[in-house]
Amino acid sequence: MKNANDGIDAARRDVLILGRDLMIVAPATAMAAPAALAAPELPKPPVRSKVSFTVNEKAHTLELDTRTTLLDALREHLRLTGTKKGCDHGQCGACTVIVDGRRINSCLTLAVMHEGSNVTTIEGLGAPGRLHPMQAAFVRHDGYQCGYCTPGQICSAVAMLEEVRQGIPSHVSVELTAQPQLTADELRERMSGNLCRCGAYSNIAEAITEAAGSRV
Amino acid sequence: MKAFTYERARTPAEAAAGAAGNAGAKFIAGGTNLLDLMKLEIETPTHLIDVNGLALDKIEATPDGGLRIGALVRNTDLAADTRIRRDYALLSRALLAGASGQLRNRATTAGNLLQRTRCPYFYDTDQPCNKRLPGSGCAAIGGYSRPHAIVGVSDACIAAHPSDMAVAMRALDATIETVRPDGSTRRIAIGEFYRLPGKTPHVENVLVRGELITAVTLPPPPGGTHVYTKVRDRASYAFALVAVGAIVQRDGTGRVALGGVAPQPWRVEAADAELANGAAAATRRLLADAKTTRDNAFKATLVQRALDAALAQARSAS
Ligand SMILES: Cc1cc2nc3c(=O)[nH]c(=O)nc-3n(C[C@H](O)[C@H](O)[C@H](O)COP(=O)(O)OP(=O)(O)OC[C@H]3O[C@@H](n4cnc5c(N)ncnc54)[C@H](O)[C@@H]3O)c2cc1C
Ligand code: SF4
Ligand code: FES
Ligand code: FES
Repeated sequence: MKNANDGIDAARRDVLILGRDLMIVAPATAMAAPAALAAPELPKPPVRSKVSFTVNEKAHTLELDTRTTLLDALREHLRLTGTKKGCDHGQCGACTVIVDGRRINSCLTLAVMHEGSNVTTIEGLGAPGRLHPMQAAFVRHDGYQCGYCTPGQICSAVAMLEEVRQGIPSHVSVELTAQPQLTADELRERMSGNLCRCGAYSNIAEAITEAAGSRV
Repeated sequence: MKAFTYERARTPAEAAAGAAGNAGAKFIAGGTNLLDLMKLEIETPTHLIDVNGLALDKIEATPDGGLRIGALVRNTDLAADTRIRRDYALLSRALLAGASGQLRNRATTAGNLLQRTRCPYFYDTDQPCNKRLPGSGCAAIGGYSRPHAIVGVSDACIAAHPSDMAVAMRALDATIETVRPDGSTRRIAIGEFYRLPGKTPHVENVLVRGELITAVTLPPPPGGTHVYTKVRDRASYAFALVAVGAIVQRDGTGRVALGGVAPQPWRVEAADAELANGAAAATRRLLADAKTTRDNAFKATLVQRALDAALAQARSAS
């Protein structure tokens, strides 16, 4: 992954790059080595920026490398490791959090873009002893196997029910202008942004259906 | 990801002037396409101008009876707007057929229009790609080309435009409003917005350096029955192999635009004129200059069948 080097200081990265080039040119002529040494472009020093936002009702001010995604800010800087990194490219939903009431992929947004935002992660929904109804329903229905996709599934499901309540239509809604109902088809379509490699989908769907019933 | 400096734009004109004055600058809106590409170092801006704070997030009525959609209106909000659902159902349907709930909550109107191709070689920096690295060649021609375009292509690039929303915008005759770095504004018909690849596939539209999209306007409601038919490899959360956006009037006349088959949302006037004569006649016009590969020749048949299905759905609904 290209961004594995992000955050290491400039000097150390130079050494890494030089080391790799030297290994490649070593068997060639002695003349090639100095040219290769001159070649690597100096990496720019990381740029840092300040940002303040609220996470799970607690205010935070962070000074971050501008490249830090909201996901990495939550996990690596605030140590809220409940939110998971699956693909890091918007393709799996493991990183789903709720920002200002809407579910989003925290891997495809920069932390510095969230000045003043209100973020809710799985840790903010509930905790052992005081589970959110959606968390309790996932436990009751065994809506997981390895559990890696689960925080994203739960955050997504909680915000998804709110989208239904607000009357936001989906791809499978027969009538665009009618109040949507949470049928099995609607649930599956609306949760399609959350993949589960363990294939726990049927129990996930049952858990969400039950939680929806207990809330509406 | 390469390091970059970051600023929040305060006015559209300032954003445009700032972007024009810095060769490494890019606007960031939802970030769902740009950050994806920056992580892979396909895009390497050295300065990001965050446009999210610009008050371009409203949908307003225009004096002629149409709508002006702010560049920053999120895909979810656009699809759910009651006026769009009622009068421009094709646009709601196309938006809802794209991406996921999470992505639509962030993705913006302007960002969606400008999203880049999903050609797998464009994403793979070890492969030649004229769009990513002009002059390096095209790995898709002669390589794996199942998802690629079959019309409007060139010897330099056969990439398809991935947007669903843009297909609806094309059928609805949308106009793109911009502000240029010198502060002047202009309106660009969507039919003149995208550029075919030709010899310069890295140039995808007519925007000049620093030009900011401020809004997209729709003419008064076109009436008719609106159908968006998207064919893809799985039922949800996948890009189109073929998409058909059609607006059909009671007498069978109407308009049609295609997605997944061209470097831009694809509309052909002569095909609109044939729509009342059925899918086969219209498809002949739409794909008149098609250039398929072994991998994607199936799309020609699929266009006709998808259009046939869309027209049947329109007939049964009206
Ligand atoms: C997993 C996945 C699946 C997807 N599936 C689909 C799908 O099925 N169908 C579909 O249509 N799309 C799909 N998408 C793409 C998604 O719709 C786009 O990523 C999104 O619309 C881009 O909008 P954005 O606001 O996030 O753009 P950004 O990423 O912020 O910007 C995109 C580009 O637009 C430029 N830009 C942004 N705003 C402006 C402005 N106002 N003026 C000038 N330039 C501007 C930026 O500089 C950048 O070059 C998918 C994406 C992902 C990650
Ligand atoms: S089709 Fe276009 S985007 Fe894909 S490899 Fe060829 S030049 Fe690049
Ligand atoms: S980690 Fe964000 S969508 Fe996969
Ligand atoms: S429970 Fe393992 S990925 Fe979903």
